Amino acid sequence: MMSDTKPARMKNAGVLALKDLTLLNIREFEDSVTGSLSAGGRLCALFGMPYRLGNSIMPSADVITLVAAIGHGREGVIEVAATEVKDSYPALTRHLPQANCFEREIAEQWGVRPAGHPWFKPLRFHRCYRPGRDAWTRPLDGEILPCVTDFFRVEGDEIHEVAVGPVHAGIIEPGHFRFQCHGERVFHLEIALGYQHRGVERAVTKGPDKRTLHYMETLAGDTTVGHATAYCQVIEALSGMDVPARAEDIRAVALELERCANHTGDLGALAADVGFLPTSSYCGALRGDFLNMTALICGNRFGRGLARPGGVSFDMDGSRGDDLVERLERTFRGVKGAAELLWETPSVMARFEDTGRLSKRMCRELGVVGMAARASGVEMDVRSEFPFGAYRISRPPVRTWFSGDVYARARVRWMEIEASYEFIRQRIRGLSKGPVMTDAPLEPSPDSMVVSLVEGWRGEICHVAITDQDGRFARYKVVDPSFHNWMGLQMALRDQQISDFPLCNKSFNLSYCGHDL
Amino acid sequence: MIRAIAERVRQGKRTISFPKGTPVVPDRLRGLPVIDQARCTPGCSRCVDVCPTGAIGLVGQKVSVDIGKCLFCLDCVAACPGGAIGFSQDFRLASGSREALVYSGGEFRPACALEERTRRILGRSLKLREISAGGCNACEADVNVLGTTVFDLGRFGIQFVASPRHADGILVTGPVTANMRFAVMDTYHAAPPPRIVIAVGACAISGGPYIDHKEVSNGVDALLPVDLYIPGCPPHPLTILDGLLRLLGRL
Repeated sequence: MMSDTKPARMKNAGVLALKDLTLLNIREFEDSVTGSLSAGGRLCALFGMPYRLGNSIMPSADVITLVAAIGHGREGVIEVAATEVKDSYPALTRHLPQANCFEREIAEQWGVRPAGHPWFKPLRFHRCYRPGRDAWTRPLDGEILPCVTDFFRVEGDEIHEVAVGPVHAGIIEPGHFRFQCHGERVFHLEIALGYQHRGVERAVTKGPDKRTLHYMETLAGDTTVGHATAYCQVIEALSGMDVPARAEDIRAVALELERCANHTGDLGALAADVGFLPTSSYCGALRGDFLNMTALICGNRFGRGLARPGGVSFDMDGSRGDDLVERLERTFRGVKGAAELLWETPSVMARFEDTGRLSKRMCRELGVVGMAARASGVEMDVRSEFPFGAYRISRPPVRTWFSGDVYARARVRWMEIEASYEFIRQRIRGLSKGPVMTDAPLEPSPDSMVVSLVEGWRGEICHVAITDQDGRFARYKVVDPSFHNWMGLQMALRDQQISDFPLCNKSFNLSYCGHDL
Repeated sequence: MIRAIAERVRQGKRTISFPKGTPVVPDRLRGLPVIDQARCTPGCSRCVDVCPTGAIGLVGQKVSVDIGKCLFCLDCVAACPGGAIGFSQDFRLASGSREALVYSGGEFRPACALEERTRRILGRSLKLREISAGGCNACEADVNVLGTTVFDLGRFGIQFVASPRHADGILVTGPVTANMRFAVMDTYHAAPPPRIVIAVGACAISGGPYIDHKEVSNGVDALLPVDLYIPGCPPHPLTILDGLLRLLGRL
């Protein structure tokens, strides 16, 4: 074991040789993570892998190595630390609520028990990846059924429980919600997920192969460009590829179009949830206009087929850029009109304001990311803090709002559409010249680690890859922003009316499959 | 109020003329594959090797693409030395038969209408309950978009309803995860017969990128008889609308 107890430091999409990854004992690891978080860091990822570190990593049957990646936004530095655990270790969640879901995931995947975890339940309801183990001592020959677990219950006179899902009323993904109510008032909402579990992380191990990119593009379909970009950055870093500037510009344009499309759709959906049909119907069509702009670039409305390791598959040839800017300006005018109607309509504002409030302090404690955190006044944005690709040269300003309610989350969405609109126009006008794909070979380096961060439309996307001695993925960890934010939604609903749930839910609009993987 | 009316006027009419008029699709849209058997190089199987879902079949020198598995990703197009595979902008891909989705060039047999007796029971309306069973939210989004003013699904009497009790059938997206199997079956049985089953997207048809994962069922027809397959990853909204209208005998 190395004597150095300082965690290793790296940049976004930088490569760390595994021999430089500091291995701490569990006590030092806990102190290190706790210290980093209290110094303003944020837990980007915490995961286990069935390998032991060394000059070359070795598969291990009884030891699980835990790796933590902590982002320090102000310095743009990511700290990584590792420790080894066997069957059990003292849970970090006891002091650090940010670790809650990460530690439940480690328990579910590897059968390691975080002792003293205050909310110890399965996350996705699948069998442990190490045969013969189960952190909850469930029978090893029985079937694991989704959401069969303990639920938090409030008891007392006139308390009632409302259970909803997995199949909901609208065209949305499945999840199970339990409300503990007193009359109309919600004391607590518990959300149990796992219905969308497709086994992505298990399947990506030993990659990259011909399917890997397609897993990334379908991790969360509305974030295709975000996740594909994060993955490409991993491969490019591992292979030491230089991505042409023009490709980085096109990726950034597609990422901002993805943001505009989803934010516009959400403004419409929020309007629909308070019964304000004009904005709802305009935004439905306008969202499609943004998707069609992405299709103008690459033929697919969600950006599938665009980002590839080494660049992008489609160039902005001929008059395509002019066509895109013209459409963008027209669509932006439409969204502006539709959004302004919201702020000018008292019946809308009465429902938006002071509903589903989430405090800045709560955001920080839970590690809430992205647009939801910015709406509570937390100034964080990967594009500014850990700039990647084209954002290293220019970036949209970070937009925040102070109130943390549904109104703030709507308002920040609109301000981000404005900022992205300006950014896209600039980027297309000043589109770099040259090729859109490098011909450098795709050869991931062995015994290395990369942390890749991207600001998706929901927030921070984090991909971590660790390669073995052959340059294959020993572990590929995906953290969708939803993974951090589902707890935020549960807290935001406390003391709200149960009828406000659709509105609060839509104001976060989290991904189920991005969580369930 | 005046502001709202002015905005209404400014936003204008958005509904497309489809199916009467020909819709405008993106020039880079990847629709029905174009297969030129003559350009296939003997002894080469690069397309088969690179296809992420095993959608490409090669019997002797005859190439076929299973568009029920195809992700329309261009990996095969890039790999083919002779240019034997490409994609057209033809968005009409829906079919009532799984076999018809295995396409090797020539005329594509699109979906045909439900039998007369079922159509008579449905009358002029079709109510569907959507179930996402491992879908990534792309298929879901492009099903949802049919409800916007652009496609205005309501004008065809088609509507997505909140309860399976009110539904004439289910529309499934996603590869049907093990964790959703019960919910899919329960929802199906809650709809009154004769109930239609529609599979939207590569995942719901075949498992898509998740084919043969132990966590999924390789699509909905592993569990239930499917009346309409709508390929794509995700299908363009026009592909979905075209399929639904064909099922009802409106095209």
